[in-house]
Amino acid sequence: MEDMSGYPHELTGENTPMVSFKNVRKSYGSLVVLDDLDLDVTTGEMVSIIGPSGSGKTTVLRMLMTLEKINGGCIYVDGKPLTHMPKNGGLVPANERHLRERRADIGMCFQHFNLFPHMTALENCMEGPVHVLGISKAEARDRSEELLELVGMINKKDEHPSRLSGGQQQRVAIARALAMRPKVMLFDEVTSALDPEVIGEVTNVIRGLVDEHNLTMLMVTHQMGFARDISDRVCFFYGGKIEEQGSPAELFGNPQRERTQQFLSAVREAV
Amino acid sequence: MDIFEFLVQYWPRILSGVGVTVAQFVLAAILGIAVALTMGLLKLSTNKVLKGFAVTYIEIFRGTSLLVQLYWIFFVLPLFGFSIDKFTAGYVAVGMNIGAYGAELVRGGILSVPKGQWEAALAINMSPAKRMWRIILPQALINMLPPWGNLMIELLKGTALISLISVADLMFVTKQINASTFLSAQAFGIALIIYYILARFLVTPFMRWLERFMARKMGRA
Ligand SMILES: Nc1ncnc2c1ncn2[C@@H]1O[C@H](COP(=O)(O)OP(=O)(O)OP(=O)(O)O)[C@@H](O)[C@H]1O
Ligand SMILES: [Mg+2]
Repeated sequence: MEDMSGYPHELTGENTPMVSFKNVRKSYGSLVVLDDLDLDVTTGEMVSIIGPSGSGKTTVLRMLMTLEKINGGCIYVDGKPLTHMPKNGGLVPANERHLRERRADIGMCFQHFNLFPHMTALENCMEGPVHVLGISKAEARDRSEELLELVGMINKKDEHPSRLSGGQQQRVAIARALAMRPKVMLFDEVTSALDPEVIGEVTNVIRGLVDEHNLTMLMVTHQMGFARDISDRVCFFYGGKIEEQGSPAELFGNPQRERTQQFLSAVREAV
Repeated sequence: MDIFEFLVQYWPRILSGVGVTVAQFVLAAILGIAVALTMGLLKLSTNKVLKGFAVTYIEIFRGTSLLVQLYWIFFVLPLFGFSIDKFTAGYVAVGMNIGAYGAELVRGGILSVPKGQWEAALAINMSPAKRMWRIILPQALINMLPPWGNLMIELLKGTALISLISVADLMFVTKQINASTFLSAQAFGIALIIYYILARFLVTPFMRWLERFMARKMGRA
């Protein structure tokens, strides 16, 4: 087993990041997907992840959501280890119970929405609060209706996903994730499966979250304009590493690395 | 004796047989569904022992004849000190047999639910049991209802075998009437029609109704 002695049991101090990847490694068989990833995200920060296909962007989010196990290093959320737990004075890989406890801080929206098809929009949003958080149905309903209002879907609250457009489904999915009151929200190409004319209704919701909530957000996107508009920081991934990162103005306006320049000009040409 | 006279005379006995058949069917169905759910889930388990248990169960009950299983439960188990009355032996044998076939349907239904559903359920931090029970199984059920309809018809037909351990079901009364009257055409003709009616006008419409009901739950109807 990996030696975890260099990893603290808790991150403390004034500027403790909300999310912290420390030397995180991920591989599938012999394919190394992420190589010694270090990434800190401060509370309330909006970080966009861009990069070519296969560079490991989705994997970063999936590891943070605990959908994928990591092969090395440690991930911290809100100062506490997520992928590991303290035991006998050291850190050992987290068990299901620890994961359930720590996962409560994180919410995720997927490219293909993944709404529960056997539930209405409102029921989708109430499912977690009622059956995971254990709050009363009445309270969960209030909370869910408020969020459906926020994403502009309150008039469709009793519809099933099969009757909603992609943009509408994605907005419900955002409300469903927010209903769990996460500290960190993850968005994985949430507009990639949408028709161009409805992309705006989803990006506007995310734009609103940047202003209204003190939410920490990580967003994988292929929409460079959107990333430039709303991000505090942009990370360019290449081959399982952060090749370059900086403010949107720096990264888009004056990229330093050759690969970043190549990627950005290729993207511009494609538009 | 024409068929109407025959009916008038033997209707009460036939009816009591139908009652037993329906009771056996319902009890076997309930047991079969429970067994199917349990074995289907165990077969998907990552625990080798549990999985092995389910695989063995399904192999045995699908690989051997229902009649032999029935005889085992009624005649052989008492030799090991488990004696059960014939009525119970009847639906237990049929239910356990159908459950083995149903387990494969449950397993297939669960596997047919897209991976994204598991992931979305995990992303709202549901426990593994709740993920299965509240998110995956309802969707799996919708996918597997049509083959379950066929299985229920098989089950109904399978119950006729319990007459061989003298449970007084429709088949058993029919054979009795035949033995005492030698009116074979009437007796077995009526039995044939009743089995057909039960299957086509009760089981099938019920399954169709269930399919429509579930479709409505999905907002598809
Ligand atoms: N379950 C898996 N098994 C094996 N390899 C995988 C698996 N998931 C991802 N990979 C590989 O890991 C690498 C990174 O994948 P990832 O999905 O993170 O890329 P991405 O940057 O999100 O790409 P895209 O822009 O196409 O979504 C790819 O080479 C991919 O083939
Ligand atoms: Mg991806």
